[in-house]
Amino acid sequence: MTADVEAAQATPSLEVRGLHKSFGTVEVLKGVDLTVAHREMVFVLGPSGSGKSTMLRCCNRLEEPDSGLILLEGDPVTGKGVNLNAIRQRIGMVFQAFNLYPHLNARKNVTLALRKVRGMSRDEADARAMEALTRVGLADKSENHPSELSGGQQQRVAIARALALEPQVMLFDEPTSALDPELVGDVLAVMREVKAAGMTMLVVSHEMKFAREAADRVIFMDQGRIVEQGPPERIFGAPEHDRTRAFLSRVTGD
Amino acid sequence: MTQWERFLDTFFNAAVLAKYTPAILQGVWVTVWLSVLIVLAGIGLGVALAVIRSFGWRLASFAIVVFADVMRAVPPLVLILIVFFGLPNAGIFLSSFFVLFVVLALVLAAFAEEIVWAGITSVDKGQWEAARSTGLGFGQSLAFVVLPQALRMGIPPLTNRAIAITKMTALGTVIGVPDILNQATTAQSFSGNASPLMLAAVVYVALFLPLVILSRWLENRFAWRKA
Repeated sequence: MTADVEAAQATPSLEVRGLHKSFGTVEVLKGVDLTVAHREMVFVLGPSGSGKSTMLRCCNRLEEPDSGLILLEGDPVTGKGVNLNAIRQRIGMVFQAFNLYPHLNARKNVTLALRKVRGMSRDEADARAMEALTRVGLADKSENHPSELSGGQQQRVAIARALALEPQVMLFDEPTSALDPELVGDVLAVMREVKAAGMTMLVVSHEMKFAREAADRVIFMDQGRIVEQGPPERIFGAPEHDRTRAFLSRVTGD
Repeated sequence: MTQWERFLDTFFNAAVLAKYTPAILQGVWVTVWLSVLIVLAGIGLGVALAVIRSFGWRLASFAIVVFADVMRAVPPLVLILIVFFGLPNAGIFLSSFFVLFVVLALVLAAFAEEIVWAGITSVDKGQWEAARSTGLGFGQSLAFVVLPQALRMGIPPLTNRAIAITKMTALGTVIGVPDILNQATTAQSFSGNASPLMLAAVVYVALFLPLVILSRWLENRFAWRKA
């Protein structure tokens, strides 16, 4: 292994340092530090208003951080002179509300950025889109518009849209919160497959069972700070902080 | 002559109709040609203004809002008279056809701008976020994601506006544009008979009824369930 490759692997995939964000007078993030290693799946838990979604949305600057540093593979995401459109292609994002483009069919939802941002030819983009849709199990729905798909199918198309750009990190913002319970499983199965294929993933979600099984690390956030983090067995089995314990007992009903 | 015969003679006099139909058909050509130009220019300009407004440059947005509000507030006939009879005093002479075209196109542009702008602002914020998160720039997100949805939402009000404004080509009569109504009123005063006006009304129905039906079809065609 060359020194370069070793150095690249020592660099975390995603690094967040001293992240602050206020909305008006409300300080939502009060200094968040976080690193995500290559191929790691990190789950972020916390009560609503804890800042977890804001933190996630700062990672690709859908929210503009007030201060702090964000690095993707060592490259700055924050700061002046960053080519935001270039860096965003390297960060996939999946939204709670899916946000598929309703006027385009599933295939075109995936090809839009490939064509307009990557400048791929129609054939090249179509092939890539079909590959991504096949991965999420929806090759047969490629010509359907979002309104013809179930919530779970829409979210899988949204995952395919993000995957097709071959991002280095994927951000999931409550990907199953808007789904009927019986549709959650399909989306989680796709996320499991994406992880197995080696994707680095930062996930904000309330799917405790899934976090316990699939996450490499769980972070508990409250009131704009990371309260504690560790492997899921420890966070769920023996949380150190009262606030974590209180939250877990509330959501799991123990 | 019975009342009924007098009615028929006044409104459906065959001889008068035969004599003036060619003139009114010429008027149809003028009205159709004007309408097409007004709709293309008006909607084109309206979409362009809404797009410029979405960039959020304060001065440009302010100018567009003032333009849209004034053009929508003043009766088109007033604008037509001001431009046609006012500008020559300033040494600018424009043809009546051109004045009618410019005024109605600008009025339609004002309405179209408001309709498209309302469409742009009503597209869910998540659409922008999804587009931007894949690396599309602001302009690309607008062009490929937001504007197509805004225009689709705007199709029913836009077609209604386009129909309303093209009917206003009849206002050209007061400044001498040889449109359908002008030809009909001229024929009416020469013949002393209202039949040409009836013919004009029938022609207007024949021209605009298909458009009204088309707008209803478009409304259904482009209504799609929100995802």
